[in-house]
Amino acid sequence: MQIQQLSVFIENKPGRLAEITEVLAEAQVDIRAISVADTSDFGILRVIVDKPDAAIAALKEHGMTVSLTNVIAVGISDERGTFSKAVRFLADQGFDVEYMYAFISRDQGRAYVIIRTSDGARAAQALQDHGFEILPAEAVYNM
Amino acid sequence: MERYYQPEIECAPREQILQWQNERLVKQVQNVWEHVPYYRKKMEEKGVTPADITGVKDLYKLPFLCKDDLREAYPYGLLARPLSDCVRIQSTSGTTGRRVVAFYTQHDLDLWEDCCARAIVAAGGTKDDVCHVCYGYGLFTGGPGLNGGSHKVGCLTLPMSSGNTDRQLQFMVDLGSTILCCTPSYAAYLAESIHERGLRDQIKLKAGIFGAEAWTEEMRHNIEEKLGIKAYDIYGLTETSGPGVSFECSEQSGMHINEDHFIAEIIDPDTGEVLPEGEKGELVFTSITKEAFPLLRYRTRDICVLSRKPCSCGRTHVKMSKPMGRSDDMLVIKGVNVFPSQIETVLLKLGMEPNYRMIVDRKNNLDTLEVQVEVNEAQFSDTVKNMEKVERSISSALQSILGIGAKVTLMEPKSIERSEGKAKRVIDNRDLFKS
Repeated sequence: MQIQQLSVFIENKPGRLAEITEVLAEAQVDIRAISVADTSDFGILRVIVDKPDAAIAALKEHGMTVSLTNVIAVGISDERGTFSKAVRFLADQGFDVEYMYAFISRDQGRAYVIIRTSDGARAAQALQDHGFEILPAEAVYNM
Repeated sequence: MERYYQPEIECAPREQILQWQNERLVKQVQNVWEHVPYYRKKMEEKGVTPADITGVKDLYKLPFLCKDDLREAYPYGLLARPLSDCVRIQSTSGTTGRRVVAFYTQHDLDLWEDCCARAIVAAGGTKDDVCHVCYGYGLFTGGPGLNGGSHKVGCLTLPMSSGNTDRQLQFMVDLGSTILCCTPSYAAYLAESIHERGLRDQIKLKAGIFGAEAWTEEMRHNIEEKLGIKAYDIYGLTETSGPGVSFECSEQSGMHINEDHFIAEIIDPDTGEVLPEGEKGELVFTSITKEAFPLLRYRTRDICVLSRKPCSCGRTHVKMSKPMGRSDDMLVIKGVNVFPSQIETVLLKLGMEPNYRMIVDRKNNLDTLEVQVEVNEAQFSDTVKNMEKVERSISSALQSILGIGAKVTLMEPKSIERSEGKAKRVIDNRDLFKS
């Protein structure tokens, strides 16, 4: 139920993000979801792609520091308060949310939230048991 | 008119100075031979005995001492007197592993303070002056040295120590400080603050005695102009006592070395050969009057030139130029000695690649150190929280080894150029040694 997210360390310098994404493009890798965390000196690019292995190989070949992190993708219907219910549920169950980012699906009225929590596997199971839609990895990669 | 603290010594004929040096050196070598097994062994290895040293002309026969010897002999290995005769220690600011600790008898302190008193009088100090000492007090020699010298001259001494600029300025104004003793960078910072707060008309400073770090002529003019004072350089090192080994006079063109206490040599740092007067090389000191911690032929690693040209001030002691560089890769940052190898040690201890770049700069007259470190996969994490933890662990390890704060910047792997030379490792934007 967990999805592999690539995290890439980026120095804070002009053009760096472009260079990294060009590497992915050259490797024929499609980006499914993306977010960048920034501090004053560096950034962490977090990206979900269709071919994680190929992407890692290409990035490493270009000397980049990459790590794989398990995250979960939760499907949220476009109704008021749905997202807050999911987050409330996680909070009440004692899962810390490290970060999250959202993307909208091609299906009408549906969005997906990528969540990185303290214990991804258990969180995913708990959310699913509670009626939330958890996307399997393949579904996200092939979206 | 030029004034002196000890005119009969400071203006003694050259022959007299040489005679003092000859007599004292012979005695000191005998003393060290008898009481410092560490150095005796070095002499034996070189096949030298006290009988070979009949005066300054034989000095070249003696083995050198360097910082590594001081670390190896730490803490008591170079002590020439029983500890019960010692009354004080001072220590160098944060150096790799073991610190260097120097010992003083009461007599040693007395002579050290005389040296500092000479510097204060050379800067125009009298018993009517208010001497504002904002060198650090404690293990650092700056505060205690100038404090003692100021007492000897009879100045009203303000033992301010470093930091707390508001209080410094308040005392300076309220108590009418006339002589300022601190590092040149702090003097420049104070000058800036005085300027900004419009206090220039309320201060009575006439002179400053600034040392413990390299500074340029440009910086001197800047401080002199901003504060309306004369700024004098002072030089020294903990190993030989502290500030006051040499000091500037009214001519402000080089520092007179107190040759009744120290014999200075200039050597080729690569071969160890003594160079003729006027040639640029590494400065070496022999302490001929020290009781507790008498170092013979101590290599300072400072590169400079000696000159015995007669000085307009009337002093006859040899003058050394401002240090023009180092024969090792030591940097002085915020008055603290820093070796690039220390950064390497810290990184290796943390399990990181010893690939780094140090960027030293001076902003608002204060030194800054940035250490750039490459991130490797073991430390990399997808959360900012963890990455900041990595930064903090590096900077706190640096702080504890170097004794100064450093800003740590994480870099991508392979982004720091690999090279054997130190030039690439260290980028010093301060231009301290340009004349």
